[in-house]
Amino acid sequence: MEQYITEYSKYIIAILGIIYVLTTIWPVFAKNEEKLGLVYGFQTLIFFLIHTSCFLNLLIRTENIQIIFFYIFQLVALYTTIILYYIVYPQANRLIVNNMCLLMALGFVILTRLNYNKAIKQFVIVIISLAVSLIVPELISRFKKLNEWTWFYGAFGVGILGLVLVLGAVTKGAKLSFSLAGITFQPSEFVKILFVLFIAGLLSQSIDFKMVLLSAVCAGAHVMVLVASKDLGSALIYFVGYVVMVFAATANPIYLGCGFGGGAGAAYLAYRLFSHVRVRVIAWKDPWSVIDGAGYQITQSLFAIGCGGLFGLGLCKGSPKSIPYVDTDFVFSAVAEELGVIFAVCLLLIYLSCFLMIVKIALSMSNSFYRITALGLGTTYITQVFLTVGGGIKFIPMTGVTLPFISYGGSSVLASILTFSVVQGLYLISENEKKKRYEFIARRRAERRRYE
Amino acid sequence: MNNRLKSDKARRQYVTQMRRLRKKSNFAIIGFAGFTCALFLAMIVYFGIYSMTHEEELINNSFNARQQLLVEENRRGRILSRNGEILAESETGEDGKDIRKYPYGNLFAHSVGYTGNGKTGIESAANYNLLQSHISTSEKVQNDINGQKNPGDDVITSLDVALQTVASEALGIYKGAIVVSNPKTGEILAMVSKPDFDPEKIAEQWDDFMKDTESGRLINRASQGLYPPGSTCKIITALAYIRQNPDTYNKYGFTCKGYITSGDERINCYHGSVHGAEDLVTSFAKSCNASFANIGLSLDKKEYRETVDGLLFNSELPVQFIYGKSVMDISEDSTDADVMQDAIGQGRTLMSPLHLNLITQAVANDGVLMKPYLIRQVINADGNIIKDYQPEEYSQIMSTDESSILKGLMREVVLSGTGKKLKDASYSVAGKTGSAEYNGVKEDSHAWFTGFAPVEDPEIAVTVIIEGAGSGGDYAVPIAGRIFDKYFEK
Repeated sequence: MEQYITEYSKYIIAILGIIYVLTTIWPVFAKNEEKLGLVYGFQTLIFFLIHTSCFLNLLIRTENIQIIFFYIFQLVALYTTIILYYIVYPQANRLIVNNMCLLMALGFVILTRLNYNKAIKQFVIVIISLAVSLIVPELISRFKKLNEWTWFYGAFGVGILGLVLVLGAVTKGAKLSFSLAGITFQPSEFVKILFVLFIAGLLSQSIDFKMVLLSAVCAGAHVMVLVASKDLGSALIYFVGYVVMVFAATANPIYLGCGFGGGAGAAYLAYRLFSHVRVRVIAWKDPWSVIDGAGYQITQSLFAIGCGGLFGLGLCKGSPKSIPYVDTDFVFSAVAEELGVIFAVCLLLIYLSCFLMIVKIALSMSNSFYRITALGLGTTYITQVFLTVGGGIKFIPMTGVTLPFISYGGSSVLASILTFSVVQGLYLISENEKKKRYEFIARRRAERRRYE
Repeated sequence: MNNRLKSDKARRQYVTQMRRLRKKSNFAIIGFAGFTCALFLAMIVYFGIYSMTHEEELINNSFNARQQLLVEENRRGRILSRNGEILAESETGEDGKDIRKYPYGNLFAHSVGYTGNGKTGIESAANYNLLQSHISTSEKVQNDINGQKNPGDDVITSLDVALQTVASEALGIYKGAIVVSNPKTGEILAMVSKPDFDPEKIAEQWDDFMKDTESGRLINRASQGLYPPGSTCKIITALAYIRQNPDTYNKYGFTCKGYITSGDERINCYHGSVHGAEDLVTSFAKSCNASFANIGLSLDKKEYRETVDGLLFNSELPVQFIYGKSVMDISEDSTDADVMQDAIGQGRTLMSPLHLNLITQAVANDGVLMKPYLIRQVINADGNIIKDYQPEEYSQIMSTDESSILKGLMREVVLSGTGKKLKDASYSVAGKTGSAEYNGVKEDSHAWFTGFAPVEDPEIAVTVIIEGAGSGGDYAVPIAGRIFDKYFEK
């Protein structure tokens, strides 16, 4: 019986993954995505089935009874989130809420499989983050003077990053985090949000050449501090986010060209200057020649994705733990190995659907500050997904960033939740605008009728 | 009033400007979103293709710990001969560990190989298949309940126990190698390398083998051994000559005085024989060194090199197991002395018995080289076919006309030349002998023979080398004869 369950559930999980992805297409392209209540309800059902079958597998494989309670706690936490959002913010974007909860559930599944204790730690952090972030949409939509704090975001962000650079603990050869009261923070994750607000604030004031130049200098300051901290992955995310925001605000392709031309030049310079950059490029070009050194991590990751096949080896049946940093930078490879290529692709498409939804929100905003903010947050988020997945499968050189919502790490998951909460706040504003516009049109019509 | 109108106009202008900007900005955003989707699509395609096409190669990598997972779940499959005899099988001991058994002892030491202290031969080439188990889920469930391992997939090879036995016995205590193949399909029927060892005892004897640097017991001489080809190389020189003189090659004439000189270099015929007046056919049949050195000197070096490279010298061979790369380094800068040596397969030229067998196969098979292979099928424990390997054409390495001319030359070797010992066999053989001198000592030579039968419709190609035995005609030809006898006995 157990054997049958574990043998067949991987096919079921893959099929459920495909069904879920299909349900995300509709809201992304629908004109009135808020009226698709049935689709969202169906999504939560699929989400429940995926989560449950994964945990059933884990239970059978590990024979650890505690997992049942852990699973129930997760169900309660995630469903409470979905329901609370529904009650507190009936106008919130439910696709983003559902996707976020599914991704976090998958994160718990994979972390439980890799390291039970870390999974519990992550769970606690997620609960706190969810509780904290519940007020964020309200703050964003209520507080209309968000764009007046522009310089504060910039100064605060660079200040913190600089502080990390100076004081920070050395982890993995890069200065990324510092400890406060026993909790380790990786501020570049949060500062990302401030950075987006800052750049959006500048560009919403004016888009003349002087302002773009000023914003370039400020963005350059952020990126430089990150490069000095050897946090190249974050530096790249900030950079891409900046260039896309400028392009969207000005609609001037010259800025886009300058941005990516400058980026290519900077990348080349980094390649020549820093040995750790060269090592990563070598490990990307031919990891097999340096398999016992710089290529070890990436080749282990390739073994994992190569051995999984379409449907994966099944949870607990692979050996993803042979990949160094599997629970942070290479968590996608663990998914591919045990849940299979099909499900891993579904996962990518779920990430992509969130991004497209954020783009849709950006397009619907009339206020340029909100517009650029939404796009900036979406861009930094999807760039992060691209860098970590592409690095893990040798599509691009490895940069060492986390997979949003799934990777282990408090800062990463909290920052991801905050990002989506801010997006929800922006969505509320856009929905309000929509409502007002409808009311305005209705009033105009009524007036005209009275006039006639 | 005027003022307000102006500002009104300005305001309207500003609003249209903003609207236009917003429209452009929307395009920019949609463009970026589309670009991102395309990038993700490319990544997904790359991911899918990579993971689907590299599975086997990845699992065989020794850095991949996942092999161990399969070892714990499945019992390594069996390796079978072409007629179903068991060449290797695993028994699960009481401690759950598998013991690999080789019922034929030393006989298949190099071709089937060993597993334990690394992997060689078919054990290495088919490692992935042997580790997999394709039995039904219900059987897997049953095994799981009983706490048993699943039987891995079996590999059916092209090896023939009878031919392998004869070949091994014929070599006896000599060092050397034999390759037997089917030129029509590329199947390898037998592959022997001596000295050999018992693959079952490899772990116990490993240290001794490592200390013993002289015998090279673990080396598969058939594929890894690089020897001077001696007179068998005249097949290649003859091909180059025919190719460069397609209309006049049969008018070739030479008078052998037992030697030829060019500058300070002097090439002697084997054991000082004087062959007198000859044409290409008699030069080849009698294996006249002087005449072939003469032919070599007449060749255009660039085209000679192209012919040599076309026969897979200085390049990779299309085989799945470990082999040595043959070398024949003729260039525009080669001196006359070098070319004379190359033409008769002495000096710098080196090749493996397997490579010579491939060329022989191509001559036998109208110039078409079939891709050599040892694994015919992979089956699951219930006997259902999982993978079926069909004969595959590698390439036409010489024209049909060229191959039929070479066939005629090689037939004459048996009828009237150095291969006379096979003249009276019940089947017709064509071939070429070789006595490759080494160490610079004239008396020491490796005995070579490579040939095929029956000439009319070749079914079997045999290549023999016996280290330090003497002349090919005296020592290698009879051994090839025993293998042909065995094959045509049925």
